[in-house]
Amino acid sequence: MSKSKSKQILELKNVSKIYGSLKALADINLSVNAGDWLSIMGPSGSGKTTMINIIGCMDTPSSGSVILDGLDISRENASSLTRIRRDKIGLIFQQFHLISYLTAVENVMVAQYYHSMPDEAEAMEALEKVGLKDRARHLPAQLSGGEQQRVCIARALINSPEILLGDEPTGNLDEENERIVVDIFRRLHDEGVTIIIVTHDPEVGDVAQRKIILEHGRVIQDIDQSSTFGNALKIHHEQ
Amino acid sequence: MFWHMVFKTVLRQKSKMLMIAFTIILGVSLSTAMMNVMLGVGDKVNRELKVYGANITVRHKDAALMSDLYGLNEGVGVNDKFLFEEDVLKLKTIFWGFNILDFAPMLEGKAVMNLPGKNSRAVDVKINGTWIAKHNTLSTGEELDTGLKALRTWWDVKGEWLNESRDDEIMFGNLLAEKSGVKIGDAVALNGRNFIVKGIFTDGGDADEEILMTLAAAQSVLNLGGKISSIEVSALTTPDNDLAKKAAQNPKSLSPDEYETWYCTAYVSAICHQIQEVIRDGVAKPVRQVAESEGTILNKTTLLMILITILSSIGSALAISNLITASVIERSQELGLLKALGAYNWQIALLVLVEVMITGLFGGVFGYFLGIGFAQVIGQTVFGSYIEIAQMVILIVGVILFFVTLAGSIPAIRYLMALKPTEVLHGK
Repeated sequence: MSKSKSKQILELKNVSKIYGSLKALADINLSVNAGDWLSIMGPSGSGKTTMINIIGCMDTPSSGSVILDGLDISRENASSLTRIRRDKIGLIFQQFHLISYLTAVENVMVAQYYHSMPDEAEAMEALEKVGLKDRARHLPAQLSGGEQQRVCIARALINSPEILLGDEPTGNLDEENERIVVDIFRRLHDEGVTIIIVTHDPEVGDVAQRKIILEHGRVIQDIDQSSTFGNALKIHHEQ
Repeated sequence: MFWHMVFKTVLRQKSKMLMIAFTIILGVSLSTAMMNVMLGVGDKVNRELKVYGANITVRHKDAALMSDLYGLNEGVGVNDKFLFEEDVLKLKTIFWGFNILDFAPMLEGKAVMNLPGKNSRAVDVKINGTWIAKHNTLSTGEELDTGLKALRTWWDVKGEWLNESRDDEIMFGNLLAEKSGVKIGDAVALNGRNFIVKGIFTDGGDADEEILMTLAAAQSVLNLGGKISSIEVSALTTPDNDLAKKAAQNPKSLSPDEYETWYCTAYVSAICHQIQEVIRDGVAKPVRQVAESEGTILNKTTLLMILITILSSIGSALAISNLITASVIERSQELGLLKALGAYNWQIALLVLVEVMITGLFGGVFGYFLGIGFAQVIGQTVFGSYIEIAQMVILIVGVILFFVTLAGSIPAIRYLMALKPTEVLHGK
């Protein structure tokens, strides 16, 4: 999963999203390189979820263009967006959204099934990466919140997506599990995975390589944290 | 993975799936019962109506002509024209011979009646000779009991029916018996030959003023050995359609294909046509009122069954629709997740449809056998016999089940097509 750091994987050009009279996103310009780790922060209603929905091919902008891996996805139809999302995006949710009647490994295999073909050995490998190989045959109800989120991460990674997209991935976790999940992100980042995470949590936002802050649908701050990247992680761990 | 998800969902949603299966069981059992009754009811209704007598009469062609042209049913040119008793059994040799249920040759005539021991003068009376319940052996070796007793099931008989082997017994119509003062056991002389009154019958028609005896006795009294006036035939027939009506007017107007179809269908006109081919000088005519009543009752019964089947199908579709939609709404988060993971709409629709179809299949099989049970209950209750199970009902019920389930799934499919993963995954 090693990627060239110089390759631009995502670019938003003058992206706006309007719901009736509400402008959820206003002229957003943003570019993300392959292998970057980006945090999107901001208060409720600032447009974070709208932005992640558009990047995740689950919504389209009212205007502007979104270039994902060289392809303008802003005018694609629902079916094409489904295909692109399946091939290029790995999604992590705050509520985990695991299928309750499938075991951990089966939940990972569902993503494989809709992408190509289920392969249990690969799914087990993905669970091993997040430290859950021994819990593979457990149902979600038998797993802790942190474990469920790690299954969700394994499911997001199983098809080797271009971008790992997290919507408040630590929002429902305690400190211990938050640390475990952040460690997994760090390791994935080291392996070259592009990570974009929406978070309320400043500590999680601070460990990213880059942080943008949204307010009223606009990017009000774009902070390069490369210089303090290692420190932030260290501070985070010490805390 | 697909089947794993399907079966796990079916098991997980046991109560909902059981409700869907129960709805399907009700619809399918009703449809199965109605269709089996509908397909078997033709023969049943026909047989029921056959108890009300013959639906075809065969007469000499000259007698039939006099009746058609002048409305004459007796006198010269009618009473002196005869068919041959030896031809009667040929009725069972026609193409639709199996549909000929009962028949009775009739010999009508007038005889002079004296009542020995009573001071009454001789009077002319109408006599009617027939097979009562004659045992016959056909040329094919088949054994057959037939006669008037089977064609007059509604008769109210005081005393006893005649014995086929006794040529010295007679029965009186109740009006004639009353007028003559004859009682059961009395001796009566007809054209000088003595008989004992075995019974008195009530027909409700002209026969109440006649004397009934065996055909052999009548032939002896009238001195017309081997002769008969007419044959009453009770046959199972198919309701007339345009082809049958066209053929009834003139079979020669039919094209070869039409002729073959008509000839090989048990229309009353086709059976009459075939009877004429085997009875010398005979003209067979449907007793139109009976034949048409049978057709009308059969058509209306069939229509009623079809309506019940359609209504039960619509009812099932509506109930299934509500249950599936409720199930899909309940699972919207899971289905939205599948969309987010890259499942196309058709893949999710297929998943839901297969779940419902599997449930429908179980319900359908159970409902089919329950329906067969219902059909037998209806058969026993209404017709007093079992309904024959038609194999084609399986196919028809299968098709109805498929389309009813599909139609019932449409609102749910529309709902999940419109489902946006962003809305359900963010808990909106």
